[in-house]
Amino acid sequence: MLVQDFLQDSAERFTDKTALICDSQRLTYAEIEALANRMAHALVARGVQRGDRVAVFLPNSVEAVVAIFAILKAAGVFVVVNPTTKRDKLIYILRNCRATALFTSGRNASLAAQVQAAVPSLQFAVLCGRRAAAASVVADTLYAFDDLVRAYPPTRPACPTIDQDLACLIYTSGSTGEPKGVMSGHNNVVFASGSIIQYLDNTSDDIVVNVLPLSFDYGLYQLLMVFRFGGTLVLERSFAYPAAVLKRMESERVTGFPGVPTIFAILLQMDLNPYDLSSLRYLTNTAAALPPSHIVALRQKFPWATLYSMYGLTECKRTLYLLPDQLDKRPGSVGIAIPGTEVWIEDDRGNRVGPGVSGELVIRGSHVMRGYWEDPETTAERYRPGPTPGERILYSGDLFKMDEEGYLYFIARKDDMIKSRGEKVSPKEVENVLYAIDGVVEAAVIGVPDPILGQAIKAFVVVEGVDLTEKDILVHCRAHLESFMVPQYVEFRSGLPKTGSGKIKKTGL
Amino acid sequence: MTIETQVKQYVAENFLFTDDGYRFSEDASFLEEGIVDSTGVLELVMFVEETFDIAVQDEEIVPENFDSVSCLAAYVRHKLGQPA
Repeated sequence: MLVQDFLQDSAERFTDKTALICDSQRLTYAEIEALANRMAHALVARGVQRGDRVAVFLPNSVEAVVAIFAILKAAGVFVVVNPTTKRDKLIYILRNCRATALFTSGRNASLAAQVQAAVPSLQFAVLCGRRAAAASVVADTLYAFDDLVRAYPPTRPACPTIDQDLACLIYTSGSTGEPKGVMSGHNNVVFASGSIIQYLDNTSDDIVVNVLPLSFDYGLYQLLMVFRFGGTLVLERSFAYPAAVLKRMESERVTGFPGVPTIFAILLQMDLNPYDLSSLRYLTNTAAALPPSHIVALRQKFPWATLYSMYGLTECKRTLYLLPDQLDKRPGSVGIAIPGTEVWIEDDRGNRVGPGVSGELVIRGSHVMRGYWEDPETTAERYRPGPTPGERILYSGDLFKMDEEGYLYFIARKDDMIKSRGEKVSPKEVENVLYAIDGVVEAAVIGVPDPILGQAIKAFVVVEGVDLTEKDILVHCRAHLESFMVPQYVEFRSGLPKTGSGKIKKTGL
Repeated sequence: MTIETQVKQYVAENFLFTDDGYRFSEDASFLEEGIVDSTGVLELVMFVEETFDIAVQDEEIVPENFDSVSCLAAYVRHKLGQPA
């Protein structure tokens, strides 16, 4: 099975069923299949070859969904980039994966032209949305989405892909500060999505709302899973307008709501009485742990729905889930290995440890991805040989412990990575941006507890020779970082604490 | 100062961090243009509550009221009982 079969099979089984609801648009499986086929022909005709990377730099939209499946149908590898990514990082990612083509919004026409000049591999860009048609005159390698789909037939193109080929690269923050592309084979995605569908008991009756960006594996898999089980996806741009999302959930009779702790914290502050959410069958949480008090409060607000606490990392998609009947007994646990996989805990010397002892979580199964794109060194650190020949297992980088019955509890990360709004933030990446400001001689970034964000980002800077205000620092950060990476707090110091070897010591901040 | 001017000034100072004012049209979508991000909407709510002394209900926090300078100004006027 291939990832595009999720759409293709549902287009055959549920031809005229609504597959996707986005803003005022409602599309059936047959309509999305036809659009993706048309666009796949257009990609192939413009030079996309088997295994070529094609980037999708778009907000959650119909075009983003069509692009993902069109790229797969053209035998390519899709790379979804967070739509708040700034130019320099976008260029870094496109150069890193040597992207052949780029999908972006019509309003980004001039950005697309600049990016093309900086990324030699990039042959063309497809512009989407209202301003696409006018923008296509900017350069002859820019095409309007609508023009391309009109020019090609809705028949399914021949595709040589097998399940050992890569389906996507998912870029994630690395401790070095540079994003790394996690390589997912079709077989990995097929296995991981199947395992999750199994424990969530998803059926074609499910209607799932997704407010998470498709660049985030948790958001992307909502699309992939819904298309696989033939349900309906209600795709929202974000959770910026909770009331609008809740109204949509009520009118569409949504059954599944995947969230992260920040989203649930906002929900818990709202009066939900004006909304009829009785259709909700389940809620899922991952990306960071829900505080036990929020678990209790959520269950009080949605007594008819099941809450799943989960844990995962992009390097293997999902790792653990807590059976809902265990939530009262062990609210602090994120559960057991997802179906068809196994996990254990190892100490620093590589010995498996038993209950009550902390160590690194190690993950084994077909959901363990292929490693980091063109980064064999980091890949070798995290993906190591497993118990059977040729196999690789994943070292999570997270410290866990287990109780007597085998349920797992997250303790801490082994590195200093921050989790804010459920997204991973590399302190190093933010520090690199701070160091690029004239006059900043020292910078350190840490996460501080925050009731809504989970962790807020706090920057400490030492400035010499020039006058800089907090606003100057934030202007620069906003221009160079995705919005979830921009610090909430900036503190000016005359110096930062150091270790004996002269490195900045963050524990002293 | 008009409501539009106050909104533009607040957004420019708190989201765009610029001194050269608000460079977008009054109808530009805050989210689509990346002017305000998803958590910024809650800050906008606090801003209008404090500045114009109005109580914003959860169900009023929708794009029709908050997603551009002109939407927000119209919403504030409506809450204050002023003509549009």
